[in-house]
Amino acid sequence: MAIAAPSKVMTNVEAVRATLYDALKRDDRVLILGEDVGNRGNVFLITKGFIEEFGAERVIDTPIAEASIVGVAVGMAMEGLRPIAEIQFADFIYPAFNQIVGEAAKIRYRSNGEYTCPMVIRTPYGGGVRGALSHSISVEALFYHVPGLKIVAPSTPRDIKGLLNTAIEDPDPVMFLEHKRTYRLIKDEVPDEYFTIPLGKANVLKEGSALTVVSYGLNAHQALEAAQRLEGEGLSVEVIDLRSIRPMDRKAILDSLRKTHKLLVIHEDNKFGGIGAEISAMVAEEALFELDAPIRRLCGPDVPAMGYALPLEEEFMISTDRMAEVMREMVKY
Amino acid sequence: MTTTSTPATTGTLERYGLSDDQLRVILHTMLMQRQLDNRGFQLNRQGKIPFALGSEGHEAIQAGAAMAFIRGKDILAPYYRDLGLAVGIGFTPLEVLLSLFARAADHNGGRQFPNHYSSRRIGMMSFSSILAAQIPHAVGAAYALQYRKESGRAVLVTFGDGTTSEGEWHESMNFAAVHRLPIVFLCENNQWAISTPLSKQMGQPNICKRAEGYGMPGEQFDGFDPIVTYDVVNRAMQRARSGSGPSLVEGMCYRFLAHSTDDDDRTYRTREEVEVQRANDPVPRFERVLIENKIMTAEEIDALRKDVLREANEATDEAEAMPYPQASDLYTNVHEGAWEPWQ
Ligand SMILES: Cc1ncc(C[n+]2csc(CCOP(=O)(O)OP(=O)(O)O)c2C)c(N)n1
Ligand SMILES: [Mg+2]
Repeated sequence: MAIAAPSKVMTNVEAVRATLYDALKRDDRVLILGEDVGNRGNVFLITKGFIEEFGAERVIDTPIAEASIVGVAVGMAMEGLRPIAEIQFADFIYPAFNQIVGEAAKIRYRSNGEYTCPMVIRTPYGGGVRGALSHSISVEALFYHVPGLKIVAPSTPRDIKGLLNTAIEDPDPVMFLEHKRTYRLIKDEVPDEYFTIPLGKANVLKEGSALTVVSYGLNAHQALEAAQRLEGEGLSVEVIDLRSIRPMDRKAILDSLRKTHKLLVIHEDNKFGGIGAEISAMVAEEALFELDAPIRRLCGPDVPAMGYALPLEEEFMISTDRMAEVMREMVKY
Repeated sequence: MTTTSTPATTGTLERYGLSDDQLRVILHTMLMQRQLDNRGFQLNRQGKIPFALGSEGHEAIQAGAAMAFIRGKDILAPYYRDLGLAVGIGFTPLEVLLSLFARAADHNGGRQFPNHYSSRRIGMMSFSSILAAQIPHAVGAAYALQYRKESGRAVLVTFGDGTTSEGEWHESMNFAAVHRLPIVFLCENNQWAISTPLSKQMGQPNICKRAEGYGMPGEQFDGFDPIVTYDVVNRAMQRARSGSGPSLVEGMCYRFLAHSTDDDDRTYRTREEVEVQRANDPVPRFERVLIENKIMTAEEIDALRKDVLREANEATDEAEAMPYPQASDLYTNVHEGAWEPWQ
């Protein structure tokens, strides 16, 4: 019998904290910069106590200016540091769009490799926390169009640790999107030791034979729960957690599809031009004749944002019941 | 704020510690800048290259600033107008021509517009055409120097007058001031941003005055005078290198040519305005200073000009003969390692 490696049960938010802490301990090129990351220890207390332990030069409370949070981090990265820039909420990332899309993503390319930009941009995203219009948004589709950026959206504490470690070591810019509803909702064992999970490798959460469901973030947990319910009804659904949106694990999706012949993509971000659009197009190009049913996308509604009032938020978020319903329809199609 | 003005060319020359050799190097840089700058426009008119950017009128400010840059130590975050600064800190004429011709051997492999120089070797950071985007990068680099306690090093970042309207400019000034970073913000104020004059760019025309609002010193100077430029930039760089924090310095100059080979400046400014500025052309003006102060003779300057022309011609021939990047080079350096495009 193998001896289990030492591990701890952690929430998602604790996993982010533990991984950042280890990174600061391990590598003095690592710096954290963002709004309220120092004295306050981040609005979710992710970096609480870091400024005392690592000093204000490494845990930098920045002015409220997102373009320079990212832009200064780009310069640090070009000059040999390993900055981790935090955008307090994904909704506040727009002022930094130029620095992320126009600069960070293109430094290596535009200098033909003479300059590089090894940095991480972390930000909490997503709804279901009564965050209203401007503390709930999903931003992945705004960035996944951009070659040169890697985008990770992990769902579990273990994945957070392994993927954040990889992101910090990555020689290129990585956006690390943390679904804030999962912060305290999701708990699991996380090995104490240092480990990495490669970007671009999806995780099959549950095997199944009649339908492939592809999701990520909060929705991946709900999709798993819905699929487990259907198991009780004798319906076999496979659930894939993408984990990383770019690079995307095309092979995992296609392999699963060749087995189940049906595809459902679920994401909270709205449908038009979303991640599901790309997956659907890719499947149509590469495996159209594998499909026994039309592809379906279960996504956030095509409105500018979720509302603050509970019914407006609930209407926006995809319920687990709704997921089960669509899965049932598709399996029986 | 102090305003530094042109020293009289008569009487003893105030040379701020610059040796005769250094003054000759400054002239060499200025002549080379003018030569290579005009070469870009010529090659464009000959139909050999699709685009070039001019920097005539910026020779003094750039050669003077380059003299204040310590090679092998300082970092430059330039913008597209900085041909002279690049050459002044060690970018070679061949490297300039490779950029103009977009050859494979160019530092960025022919990916960027001409004049978008970068070189790790000489500490010149990569930048894009996006105005002001390089300024926070310069601040980040200055932060890295301070964080690693590499005192004796500083970052010089440059930009035009129009660029000071951008939010990233403001954010960078503010960030640098908060951390008292080793950086000098050098504004090359040529009074135009393509067709937009300073009066439409800002309500208060003294850019350097803004420094006080951020909590750093600001100084305006005659950017047609390389010696004065050297003095102002050198003092600011010394301040930065010794841990006394950032400065904003603003050199007044003028853009003699159109913004680029794609621009026609007759559509927005009078020939008279340009002629008035040309009468003050920093290149002949500095030549006169050197002659009057017996640092160089007219003959020596002529010989230098011939050398520069020869160097430029050789670089042109050499670069032109070199190959373009290959189509397959489009796919490299997206990320580290091999890139598998999504298609
Ligand atoms: C963000 C951005 N906006 C607009 C432009 C187009 N543009 C290129 S140069 C320029 C004028 C810049 O003027 P200034 O900062 O004074 O520099 P100069 O060219 O005069 O040296 C403009 C508007 C750009 N390159 N980037
Ligand atoms: Mg200008």
